[in-house]
Amino acid sequence: MKHLLSTADLDVADAVRILDTAGSMAATQAREIKKLPTLRGRTVVNLFFEDSTRTRISFETAAKRLSADVINFSAKGSSVSKGESLKDTALTLQAMGADAVVIRHHASGAPHTLATSGWTHGAVINAGDGMHQHPTQALLDAYTLRRHLAGPGDVTGRDLTGLRIAIVGDVLHSRVARSNVHLLHTLGAEVVLVAPPTLLPVGVGAWPARVSYHLDEVLADEKPDAIMMLRVQRERMSSAGGGFFPSPLEYTRRYGLDARRLALLPEHAIVLHPGPMNRGLEISADAADSTRAVIVEQVANGVAVRMAVLYLLLAGGDAPARAAAPTDDMKVDA
Amino acid sequence: MSTGTPTPETRVDDDANVVLGAPEINRALTRIAHEILERNKGGSDVVLLGIPTRGLPLARRLAERLIAVEPGLDPALLVGSLDVTMYRDDLAHQPTRTIGATDIPGGGLDGKVVVLVDDVLYSGRTIRAALDAISDLGRPRAVQLAALVDRGHRELPIRADYVGKNLPTSTSERVRVLLEESDGRDAVLIDGGTR
Repeated sequence: MKHLLSTADLDVADAVRILDTAGSMAATQAREIKKLPTLRGRTVVNLFFEDSTRTRISFETAAKRLSADVINFSAKGSSVSKGESLKDTALTLQAMGADAVVIRHHASGAPHTLATSGWTHGAVINAGDGMHQHPTQALLDAYTLRRHLAGPGDVTGRDLTGLRIAIVGDVLHSRVARSNVHLLHTLGAEVVLVAPPTLLPVGVGAWPARVSYHLDEVLADEKPDAIMMLRVQRERMSSAGGGFFPSPLEYTRRYGLDARRLALLPEHAIVLHPGPMNRGLEISADAADSTRAVIVEQVANGVAVRMAVLYLLLAGGDAPARAAAPTDDMKVDA
Repeated sequence: MSTGTPTPETRVDDDANVVLGAPEINRALTRIAHEILERNKGGSDVVLLGIPTRGLPLARRLAERLIAVEPGLDPALLVGSLDVTMYRDDLAHQPTRTIGATDIPGGGLDGKVVVLVDDVLYSGRTIRAALDAISDLGRPRAVQLAALVDRGHRELPIRADYVGKNLPTSTSERVRVLLEESDGRDAVLIDGGTR
């Protein structure tokens, strides 16, 4: 694993390894001294062409907890607003010695271009590109799901086999949904997408997931172990925004998670949301603040998962990361 | 510094020379356990921290022996594990290592006598990393080191307080420790090199 561009690139072993490493990282974050010297001397550049608070802060926290130097670069107020291309920006960062570039871009595929163009020699981590992928979000969702649902006992080494996850909302515009469908499927979970027909992409039938237009039916018949609510942007309602649904109230009635629908879920089921939430639109305050909502925990898990990704991409030498030092190897340097 | 057990007959086993068998390992651990109690005037402040992978079962065995001598000791507070992967200085020169578990006993490390337990003491770099890891976790009154085998070739000013066996080796040889818990049998082997 040299880059993290898409959850579709990960096999089960890769994904479980990231989740296990995240577990080790999370354990260190309960300590009084949270900082580890692991990536001392490495430089991580946060290259954000799109507004983001939580993802950028999460990556910045993760890198700093591992003692890497962090350079934040946002398009606003930079030479990008003067018309600099991605290529020239990347070459500049390469000249500054970036070991990893965390990129968020409004164009799907920009991280892939950056990783394969040779403009930068560092590892490229996709922090959200267009309507394509947001792999660390899916990984932190999977980590959260595994922690709550893969038990009992120590979940290290386990996948999500047998779990049923409903992903509800604006699947069409959601890179979170795309990343999750691939990752959760790889980890053995069954995914049900629930959305109005207008908010499902063309070709969704080819995804490794089932599709339903009716949330109440899914809750009653499928008994999902977890429900993931996607953010719906109000501006998509108007005809200028695409006219994807007639009114927020209608959306909420048919696809919003409220106390009644929460009660339909099995006892053990948990509620996820990638944030930021529109309270009263896709999720009611009752549901968002219920004890089954793990939305705040997702944020904390995000730091651990990003620490794990940075560790796995940056800590090792030139050898491929997948060839982990076997633990039963002879002591070479005890 | 201990002198270790007498060298047993060397015999060929899995194309390697067994330098310590199960009885010798057993005796060495029992002796180390007594030395720990003697040096620290009892086991009440002692915390044994095993360095994964093979330091951990060794630390557990030492804990059993300490409790056999001093039945009042609480096993839950006596033994833990300390993973040093994220403190190593050679991370960039090797394939990415899998991170092991760190499990500090409930009593914490402040004011305690920490005995680090590892299977083989070689360059000393693992122990250097362990000392850094400990300083992030608390402030022990003292840190001591127990190793089943000391094979020499130190690269840092570090020495063991308790040694199962001093094993002069050449750098071209490899020392392997097999333990019942992970490998199905107890043995220390040397292979490779020209003996």
